Amino acid sequence: MSILTLLIICPLLTSVLLLLPKSDKGTKSIALIGSIIQIALTGYITFLYQAIRSAGDKSQMLFESNIVWFSTLHINFHTGVDGISLVMMLLTGFVVLAGVLVSWNIKNQVKEFFFFIMLLSTGAFGFFMSLDLFMLFFFLEIAVVPKYMLIGIWGSGKKENNAMKLALMLMAGSAMVFLGIVGIYFASGYFGPHNTWDILELSKIHLPAEIQRVIYVLTFVGFGVFTAMFPFHTWAPDGHSSAPTAASMFLAGISMKLGGYGCLRVATYLMPTAAKELSWIFIILASIAIVYGAFATLMQKDLKYMNAYSSVSHCGFVVLGIAMLTKTAFAGAVMQMVSHGLMTALFFAAIGMIYDRTHTRMSDQLGGMLKQLPFIGTAFIIAGLCSLGLPGFSGFVSEMTIFTGSWEKAGLFYRVATILACASIVITAVYILRAVGKAIWGTVTNKTYLMLTDATWSERAATILLVVGIVIIGVAPFLFIRLIEPDVQYIINRIIL
Amino acid sequence: MMINESLLLLRYEGIIVFMIFVLFVLNLTDFDKKPSRFLNVVNAMLFINFIAGFLPMPEGSAFQGFFRSSGIIALEKNVLNLGILLISLSGYNWVAKSRKAVEYYILLLSSLLGLFVMLSSGHILVLYLGLELSSLPMAALAALNTNSQKSSEAGVKYILSSAFSTGVTLFGISLLYGAVGDLSFQSISQHLQPNALSLMACIFMLSGFAFKVSVVPFHFWTADVYEGAPTSVSNFYAVISKGAGIFVLMTVLYSLFKNITEIWLYTISILAALSMTIGNLFALRQNNFKRFLAFSSIAQVGFVLVGITSASKVGIDSVIYFVIIYLLSNVVLFSVIEAISDKTGKEKISDLKGLYKTNPLFSIVMTIALFSLAGVPPTAGFFGKFFLLTSGMGAGSYILIGITAINLVLSLYNYLRIVKAFFIDKEEAEMPLVKGNWQTSLVLLACGCGILVLTFAGGLYHFIDTLNF
Repeated sequence: MSILTLLIICPLLTSVLLLLPKSDKGTKSIALIGSIIQIALTGYITFLYQAIRSAGDKSQMLFESNIVWFSTLHINFHTGVDGISLVMMLLTGFVVLAGVLVSWNIKNQVKEFFFFIMLLSTGAFGFFMSLDLFMLFFFLEIAVVPKYMLIGIWGSGKKENNAMKLALMLMAGSAMVFLGIVGIYFASGYFGPHNTWDILELSKIHLPAEIQRVIYVLTFVGFGVFTAMFPFHTWAPDGHSSAPTAASMFLAGISMKLGGYGCLRVATYLMPTAAKELSWIFIILASIAIVYGAFATLMQKDLKYMNAYSSVSHCGFVVLGIAMLTKTAFAGAVMQMVSHGLMTALFFAAIGMIYDRTHTRMSDQLGGMLKQLPFIGTAFIIAGLCSLGLPGFSGFVSEMTIFTGSWEKAGLFYRVATILACASIVITAVYILRAVGKAIWGTVTNKTYLMLTDATWSERAATILLVVGIVIIGVAPFLFIRLIEPDVQYIINRIIL
Repeated sequence: MMINESLLLLRYEGIIVFMIFVLFVLNLTDFDKKPSRFLNVVNAMLFINFIAGFLPMPEGSAFQGFFRSSGIIALEKNVLNLGILLISLSGYNWVAKSRKAVEYYILLLSSLLGLFVMLSSGHILVLYLGLELSSLPMAALAALNTNSQKSSEAGVKYILSSAFSTGVTLFGISLLYGAVGDLSFQSISQHLQPNALSLMACIFMLSGFAFKVSVVPFHFWTADVYEGAPTSVSNFYAVISKGAGIFVLMTVLYSLFKNITEIWLYTISILAALSMTIGNLFALRQNNFKRFLAFSSIAQVGFVLVGITSASKVGIDSVIYFVIIYLLSNVVLFSVIEAISDKTGKEKISDLKGLYKTNPLFSIVMTIALFSLAGVPPTAGFFGKFFLLTSGMGAGSYILIGITAINLVLSLYNYLRIVKAFFIDKEEAEMPLVKGNWQTSLVLLACGCGILVLTFAGGLYHFIDTLNF
């Protein structure tokens, strides 16, 4: 059994074990221990990965293991990591641990709640390490229904409708992905040595352009639904606003990244010819998402809606980076995924903490939070500054990389898209500073808020964890670039050919 | 061929006939006056029957090719044996109370015998014999609950529509005889020419089987009969009769009409699209759980037909694999609703609101089954549906696959609606804690584990693939 399989088994085992204890405290402890083991394991894998790479191993994937699953249909349980999947797994580890910590105060149906969180974690880890399209799809689907349950049971507001909307839209997205990957499977039989789901084998086959076009659009749009690409973003604001804090963190922090990773690894990597021909469609959609998302955020009073729309805008950067098809832009897109994952998780955590105390998320009803809740207020401000791209935080590094990569593409069309994307930063600054000014700074307007207490130990731990992640990427981006770069090269090599 | 070898080929049918015979004898004594003793004996017999099915089975044909057996046919019979055992166990309480235990089991086994004969037929006459033998007891079964008007209505409805559809099938058979001049499977599959006459024959015969598996537009009886018949009998309709019907339909299409595959492919594609769409759309508005399951089963048959359009060995494998999982999932749903309605008389979806609070175990196992039907991982239904659609997509009918993809979303909505009732909705009426008897618990445990374990069992699919058709 490879060390990667262990990383799937760990959350799965945790999800079963935490059903056993009688007390809620026991359940929470097991969930916490499980997620600490996950993050430790991911860290250890990263360490090993670095060691093997610096020893001069140049193979594309490390820790590969290939177990036959359904031999008749050529389905294998094929796992392996490169730098890109590794940073995504690190992100997953961070966000899951933070999510568990933030949910420490949850009261009703504790077991079920952590069970679903751990199931989501299983899906995310499995997805990022899959080298087999069937397996990838399997784990993608695992991550759909637990979200429905999390929002439906523990959510707030119009939770039933919003949860159903989210589940159906994601299901529709995964149905498109399904069509795409089965298309790849059959096409690989006609134009390659034999039918295969294996991503590494498929990356050596060049399918005819007319087949690539269909599959590229299907898979890119299908994964695009997950990453809330315009015009398939409508599930995101409603879903986020109804979700409990941990689910929001997971949804925006990891789940939307499943889509981005799929767009890169499946759509772009396996269909390079079509990507060159058709990526302009997604550049347009991404530019719309960036600008539209930013303007929509301006209009929001509800902090969760605000962050959800800003996520639509920020995930637009990811799609833009992937669709630009340059090496720097790819690297930027991957960094933006990690950066946005951490940043938005921090944002949702801070909003959740404020909501738990004040029972409102309306920015105009809050005010003076920094005085009453200095720790939570600071967390909120850090997330905001990272979101608007302040140097020193991860947002600046990743957005800057995407802009540089996009600018490498000559041509009026690409330039316009890049300029539009850059311009949206200004709008971001407006809504972030306004929200911070209204909700966090100022004087305490509501007298009942004077009784509020600041963050508990678990909330502090979660916040510090995420802030550390953001700052490390912001201050030492080369650590990440070094991990990602050789693997981005593989993808760009396919495009240049 | 030696006489005992041909008897060995008839082993499955022989055991069933023997059991029916034993039941007749028991009927003469007063053994069935004490229902629990009687039912335990019957269940033990069914269990032995199920186990005996796994003994090695020769392949070949008997009676000049009228009767044949192969690895796939033996497996199909094993699946049906498993189904009948599970249904018998889960119907324990109802049968014990009904005081018609002997009649119930004689009818049930006769119908199963008919299905077995159909599966093994190598000649149209035998096929027709099996069809009739399976249909008539089923009508009687539906009407078994003599106190209920709905049950009698279900019986009448079934017998009338069944008679009509059998007539249509018979007409198709006569056309087929006109086209080929022989009724054995072998000569039909060799000599059938793609012309208008054989097309008509194919369509008329198909409509008879389409009735049996309730494909749209031959589905009108389904919801009423499922609702009216006793729950165990509905379970039999949904699982055994439908499963066997799918197997037979597949055999007929793949062996009898293999010369005109291009022609029936269109017909089946249209039927598949209609079944999925209409089944799912009608299921949206149902409030009676059994009616809901009726429409859900219509939609599921649509998915199966998509797999059948692949017209290849992969299609056979994935259809059988799917039917096994479909059987497990549906048995769970019917068993739970049977246990609940036996105790409280409730079988509406709105009655199930907040079930998780009152009956957590029931709602968890039902959720697993519903997700399996919806094709959500990590349940086995995901694999079943994935393989089915993959093999269907191999045939390259992209419009059909597009419609299927839309239906995947629709069906997810349907099943999530029930899950939502369990977990999210507030309960309206008081629902007491229903404790199933050990038979029900055993069924639920077996099916629930089956649904989860088949996820990892790549071996089963491979095993099906190694069998001869």
